[in-house]
Amino acid sequence: MQEKDPILSIQSLKRDFKMGDETVHALKGVSFDIHRGEFVTIMGTSGSGKSTMLNILGCMDKPTSGHYILDGEHTETLSRDALARIRNKKIGFVFQSYNLLSRTTALENVELPLLYNSKVSATERRKRAIAALEMVGLSDRMNHLPNQMSGGQQQRVAIARALVNDPVIILADEATGNLDTRTSYEIMMIFQELHRQGKTIAFVTHEPDIATFSQRTVTLRDGLLKKDAINENIQDARAAYEALPPPETFDEEGN
Amino acid sequence: MSPLTLIKMALKALLRNRMRTVLSVLGIVIGVAAVITMVAIGEGSKQSIKDQMTSMGTNAIIIMPNRDRRGGVQMDASNSAAHLEEADLKALKAEAQYIDAISPMISANGQAIVGNNNSPTQLSGVSSDYLTIRNYAIEDGVMFDDEADRMAKVCVIGQSVVKNLFPDTDPIGKTIRYKNIPLKVIGTLKAKGSGDFGQDNDDVIFAPYQTVMRRFNATNEIRTIYANAIGEGYAEKASDEVMTILKERRGWNKPNDPFRIFAQEEMIATMTSTSDMLSLVLTAIAAISLLVGGIGIMNIMYVSVTERTKEIGLRMAIGARGRDILLQFLFESVMISLLGGFIGIALGFGAAQAVKSILNWPTIVSISSVIISFAVCFVTGVFFGWYPARKASRLDPIEALRFE
Repeated sequence: MQEKDPILSIQSLKRDFKMGDETVHALKGVSFDIHRGEFVTIMGTSGSGKSTMLNILGCMDKPTSGHYILDGEHTETLSRDALARIRNKKIGFVFQSYNLLSRTTALENVELPLLYNSKVSATERRKRAIAALEMVGLSDRMNHLPNQMSGGQQQRVAIARALVNDPVIILADEATGNLDTRTSYEIMMIFQELHRQGKTIAFVTHEPDIATFSQRTVTLRDGLLKKDAINENIQDARAAYEALPPPETFDEEGN
Repeated sequence: MSPLTLIKMALKALLRNRMRTVLSVLGIVIGVAAVITMVAIGEGSKQSIKDQMTSMGTNAIIIMPNRDRRGGVQMDASNSAAHLEEADLKALKAEAQYIDAISPMISANGQAIVGNNNSPTQLSGVSSDYLTIRNYAIEDGVMFDDEADRMAKVCVIGQSVVKNLFPDTDPIGKTIRYKNIPLKVIGTLKAKGSGDFGQDNDDVIFAPYQTVMRRFNATNEIRTIYANAIGEGYAEKASDEVMTILKERRGWNKPNDPFRIFAQEEMIATMTSTSDMLSLVLTAIAAISLLVGGIGIMNIMYVSVTERTKEIGLRMAIGARGRDILLQFLFESVMISLLGGFIGIALGFGAAQAVKSILNWPTIVSISSVIISFAVCFVTGVFFGWYPARKASRLDPIEALRFE
């Protein structure tokens, strides 16, 4: 795996925050690479720096020092607009709270990133959004509004939205955090399927259970890389899903 | 992002908050409608003043002796020499270059009687030039000739007099008795309608001035001379020239002027400036309501930006640049204000029409006020939308996404 060029490389990444007089060192020099086609989980408790890490990986924040090279581009030198362009073309975000636009259909939500890419025509946009929704198994829900869908379905729309721009990496931030176990496994099935299709995925979570579905786990603690381990025993989400008790006993909404 | 996409997005956002959109549009509607209506009222009264003045003859100048009378008592005997006479008329006609028509105006009061009909019309002794000066025209028959009909007992009558005295016969060739003196009707005037401040311009009887002076008033003194300046803008020059000629004829060297000369043009200017002032005040008041409407937009846009912080964060996270967000919110505010502009202009038209037909007040909706209102609306939308939109565009995507 190491012989290929990394799609993402961070080198002694540091991020300080000024809180009044104090300086908080959220990241104290972290380095690792992610290669094309990898499914990596970034683990850590709250305060470990994983949110800061995710913001930097997602080009929404810049490191105080160190390097972050995404798909050959040194992002730490880029302007706000250039970072927006990278987010638009190279990154697909999946959030914990879905962040779908309310009163906007699933299809329109999925089209949204392409609206900000002037090279994609309206017909092309529609075609790609439909394809993305089909990939997450929601071809029958395209014109539903978010409030007409379950949490799991909403998250699948969000995943479709992250796929529609054909990003070099999908960043998921606690993507199963708001979902019950059953629905979480459904979502993990989709991620595993995407991984099989060759997508690169970085999945931030604090649940060790979820990490077992990925290939590799990077653990952060107090702003430092604590562990970077290849997962020897990858669980199959579908098997885990099928092993669960019957669905009647579960709350569909995941509340 | 293409303008079409932005328009679609703005429309969708505005439709999502229908009530709020309606209310902020209403602010602009009221502002614009007020501006249009007020300007229409101002323009209307200006135009009606102008029309009335024009019917009196725009280029007319009026010359009168400057008698210092207080309470009917003549104060300065030295001024008594300053009366006008026929020789002045002839001198002005011959020498003055800035006037092209001149007529005395001597009036006599009494009843005009024909059989059982009578009409309390003032008799005006004038020359044929008077028609030109006051914009009268002959409808039927002829105007008297200044030389041939010098002291002839003839007259020309207006349409109101025709109606009163000759309800169902042709007046030409008939005779009117005025203070027991018979006057033969040789012509009728075209109707002019009531104009200047309500009096009837058609309730007139014109006779040669010598006839009126000698036969009715038994005097050589001319009270008033009307003259016509050669064109617009010459009234002042004509007035000065007339004064100079009249003074020279009398060898006048006292500091005060022997005559008073009124130029119609000056009166128009005075009255127009009054009505200009009126429209300015009305427009200013209306503009304030437009400003308030604009502040309404700003308020609503601020609320909207705060409320949609999370949406802004998401849009930024998936690649919207600050500029895209700025344009998105700017389009929304411009759309509110333009929508308000459209409706406001329509409403303004309606209100102006209503003022015209219900209150009988002349109104003219000027195209320029429509264009300006529309432009102002656009500027209002941009101006008051700018700050909230800029605030939105400068949000930090991380903070915005965390916003609850």
